[in-house]
Amino acid sequence: MKTKAEVIIIGGGIIGCATAYYLAKMGIEVIVLEGSDHIGNGGSSRNGGGVRQSGRDVRELPLVMYGIRNLWPTLSEELEVDCEYHQDGNLRLGKTEKHREILTRLADSARNVGLDVRMIDGDEVRAINPYLSDEVICASWCPTDGHANPLTTTLGYYKMARRLGVTFITGEPVTELRVIKGKIRQVITPNHVYEGENVLVAAGLDSREILTTVGIDIPMTNSLLECLVTEAQPHMFDQMLGTAEADFYGHQTKHGSFVFGGSSGLERYNKDNGTPVNSSKTAPCICRGIMKYFPDLANAKIVRTWAGWMDASSDGVPSLGTVDEIPGLYVACAFNGHGFGIAPAVGEQLAKLIVTGKTDVDLGELHYDRYKAKI
Amino acid sequence: MNSVNDRSRDIGPFVPGPDDDMLICRCEEITKGEIRMAVHDGMWTLTEIRRYLRTGMGLCQGQTCSRLVKGIVARELGISPAELEPATSRVPMRPIEMKIFANEAPDEREDG
Repeated sequence: MKTKAEVIIIGGGIIGCATAYYLAKMGIEVIVLEGSDHIGNGGSSRNGGGVRQSGRDVRELPLVMYGIRNLWPTLSEELEVDCEYHQDGNLRLGKTEKHREILTRLADSARNVGLDVRMIDGDEVRAINPYLSDEVICASWCPTDGHANPLTTTLGYYKMARRLGVTFITGEPVTELRVIKGKIRQVITPNHVYEGENVLVAAGLDSREILTTVGIDIPMTNSLLECLVTEAQPHMFDQMLGTAEADFYGHQTKHGSFVFGGSSGLERYNKDNGTPVNSSKTAPCICRGIMKYFPDLANAKIVRTWAGWMDASSDGVPSLGTVDEIPGLYVACAFNGHGFGIAPAVGEQLAKLIVTGKTDVDLGELHYDRYKAKI
Repeated sequence: MNSVNDRSRDIGPFVPGPDDDMLICRCEEITKGEIRMAVHDGMWTLTEIRRYLRTGMGLCQGQTCSRLVKGIVARELGISPAELEPATSRVPMRPIEMKIFANEAPDEREDG
């Protein structure tokens, strides 16, 4: 079995798979180590499929805007899989004046960095999506947002990277990184020692423990998100939807089913038995939220629910890029539950960073070393 | 399971079969040939097959096809079906209307 490569990627989620794919396209030899039995087993296949810019922190906006301009439009052809990418806009809905304030603030800050997003009133919202109830009084509208299928996109990157010769090994949880002669060199698992000139840690929540073994600590913790999916419904609309306070978000898929994610407000105190499991309270709560906005969906049947851990950082945006103290080490973690839409851009830019030392989009504000104590 | 699985292991080429057009997952209309092809594209666990093709993701949630899919994937990989973990079963057991599911709490929270 191959244990040496130019780049070792820790984490077989969409970030790891995408970076591996773009590296392999540049002729770089890569090994991807995935701790679980399955590729894309964390947030990559548990998210709600949003490919959106609106509602994001301005520090990560340039990166996701780059991906939506340059990578998403042709991704299905590139990966030879149907990513089900739809660019039909995002309505972020509000029902109260407080919601309007939140949405207006987000829209204003996004416009400042060049995103076309504006506030519209209830009637305009219903002109775009006639199924929304009269309770909706406003929304932010970003026409270049959309959604895609996280499962086929993640596994599509995996398939193509594997086809280009990337070695993927599942069931290989990394326990330790080792620095040799001042540079990152070894990646240790219970079964093997892997060696590479460059190592990317893209292991979601587990990144923290792995990075700690070389003295790097990124403040992040887990937070549960839950999703549900309905049976296939007649086609209703193509926009991505969200709400001011994230009661729920979702879209109708190509298959016809609706995928909605949401929360109960109790997730920080969920039981943790080592695997993300649904709480009995959350899916019913999401249903109540959805029915207030979409009364027509009251009779749609829920066929499945699932849960996933977010890797939440204290300031809500990821840590991305080089690690100053350790040459050859790179991080990409703490995507805070919105890592899917940004993943193609992250993978492509990280691959460029590893090979050339440069990126097209400045990653400075996402540096892992930005966390400071309050006093 | 959590055992080391090198996805570069040679499982031989994809050889078309006479029954590749047979529907295996009836809910989502996935054929035997599509499942076999997915194995050659790297989908080596039942969870990956399900996420890639939607087998067992329809109304019956795999109650009809999951054993058939397991047999096909195992044969393609040259391993025993017992070595393949079933995909996770998900709540609810039967499809349930949103308005019924939502009834778990009394509806005095109209302000929400």
